[in-house]
Amino acid sequence: MALDDSLEARVERLELPFNEFGVDPYGISKKHLARAAPVLAFFYRHYFRVRCFGCEHVPPRGRGMLVGNHSGGYAVDGAMVLTSMFLEMDPPRLAQGMAEKFINRFPIASLWTSRTGQFTGLPEHARRLLEDDRLLMIFPEGYKGTAKLYSERYSLVDFGTGFMRLALQTRSPIIPFAFLGGGTAVPTIANLYKLGRLLGVPYIPVTPYVLPLPLPAPLEIHYGEPLTFTGTGNEDDEIIIGYVEQVKARIAELIEKGRVRRQERLFL
Amino acid sequence: MRVLILGIAGGIARKLATRLLAAGHEVLGLDARPWPGAPPGIEIHRMDVRKRAAEDIFRRRRPDAVVHMATVTAFSLKGGERERINLDGTKTVFDHCRDHGVKQVLFVGRHTFYGAAPDSLLYHTEDEPPRALDKVPELADLVAADLYAATALWRFPEMTTAVLRLCYTLGAPGTGTLVSFLRGRRVPMVLGYDPLFQVLQEEDVVTALQLALEKRIRGIFNVAGPPPMPLSVIIRETGRTPVPLPSTLLAWLLGRMGLPTLSQGALDHIKYPIVADTRQFREATGFQYAYDEGRLLRVFREAAPPPGR
Repeated sequence: MALDDSLEARVERLELPFNEFGVDPYGISKKHLARAAPVLAFFYRHYFRVRCFGCEHVPPRGRGMLVGNHSGGYAVDGAMVLTSMFLEMDPPRLAQGMAEKFINRFPIASLWTSRTGQFTGLPEHARRLLEDDRLLMIFPEGYKGTAKLYSERYSLVDFGTGFMRLALQTRSPIIPFAFLGGGTAVPTIANLYKLGRLLGVPYIPVTPYVLPLPLPAPLEIHYGEPLTFTGTGNEDDEIIIGYVEQVKARIAELIEKGRVRRQERLFL
Repeated sequence: MRVLILGIAGGIARKLATRLLAAGHEVLGLDARPWPGAPPGIEIHRMDVRKRAAEDIFRRRRPDAVVHMATVTAFSLKGGERERINLDGTKTVFDHCRDHGVKQVLFVGRHTFYGAAPDSLLYHTEDEPPRALDKVPELADLVAADLYAATALWRFPEMTTAVLRLCYTLGAPGTGTLVSFLRGRRVPMVLGYDPLFQVLQEEDVVTALQLALEKRIRGIFNVAGPPPMPLSVIIRETGRTPVPLPSTLLAWLLGRMGLPTLSQGALDHIKYPIVADTRQFREATGFQYAYDEGRLLRVFREAAPPPGR
């Protein structure tokens, strides 16, 4: 990233159809993005010191689906993936996540997710955004993926299949990615599901130091080459599951490669 | 064509009547409310559409098309009477249309049909069912009227019926729910929420209704104009000051301090978006709005500056 390429300039260079009030047709707001950018950039560059590999595999324009693994007890991974697209891509791109439904129930969170393009994970939203040539960020493991314990941090839980049908229906390339280090940043030793339900969230992660605050662990994102599948999206489950397994296998490969790389770095 | 407008004394209905008259149509209207200073070419009958005399207008004047705008919201009328106007009135209208050879009916409904909820879709299409009705009983009769009007599509196939779901409107200054909401210098918002609102300028509403009539569209259509805007932008750009209040405080204030008495669920309408996809209407009519979001807010601000300024 060029030194004179300020965060404000990057917001300005986002190729989104902002109106005279700096708002796009989905309510994404330049003002909110410009306010969020320094916070996200601080965490990306200085707190987590994120290293990003394979950005060149992400199409600079047009529709696409970033599909990867969850890593860490909550949305640290999503926040850093979208920051990587904003800071590392040229022109910058806004990755739009498919958020869990409970987020909109909370004041402030509802506002900031909406204004920064992170919408409820409904198939209709995903389809519309892809047809509008946006870049989606999808974690097919769902919240079960964020609930992984520290000992399971490099594993993958079951993938949903909805993203694959959408990719086929909208003819969108899938860019697989591996996110590493989230499990170290938020080392979950248990999840409190009952307390979570009381608070209106799926669970509350517990760390050795009790509070689920993220530690300044280095994070890595590895983007792989785009995968393109052909079909209508109306295929039998068997076929779709086969495609999903291919994506999952590719993500597992990227995780393994990244894991080996991280271990080598530790012993250097 | 001969057009009968029900609810002709309403703000948008008056504009529509005037526009249709200028376009060479014969215009007549029914309303229990007066329209002082109505243009001389418009034949007005002051009566309730549910009364027997109203049927006589259908019988004697045999309109080609009927525009049904005689529905009311919870902001203008409470409880049982509102339900009778919205539901019984709508049933009566369609019965008269069937019995007296009306060829075309426009039912003007509202996009709030879809409801506001945390998992609301951005861009509802016409095939979406209404949601969150249990939380907002004030909406139930309008939703029922919309659904009832839609049954005319299969019950009376000889009639060209269109159910329009119209977004919020602003004029110069205009009338309606959003205009009432923006009447003060300070406008309440729910702290931590800022939903998208779709707004259409009243002149564009009239254009849309005229096109719907002249293109003889049939079916259910969402009607809106420019892309939606956050509520805070609408409040600021119309010269008002947003006052974010905690949800619980705002709920307590409902029915006090000049705020209308509404159910707690009605607050969801200023927490979550109701945004409608209008592709079908644009394709069916070729409708294009003349007032973009900036212009429509400026027009409203100039016509209705905040009080005390």
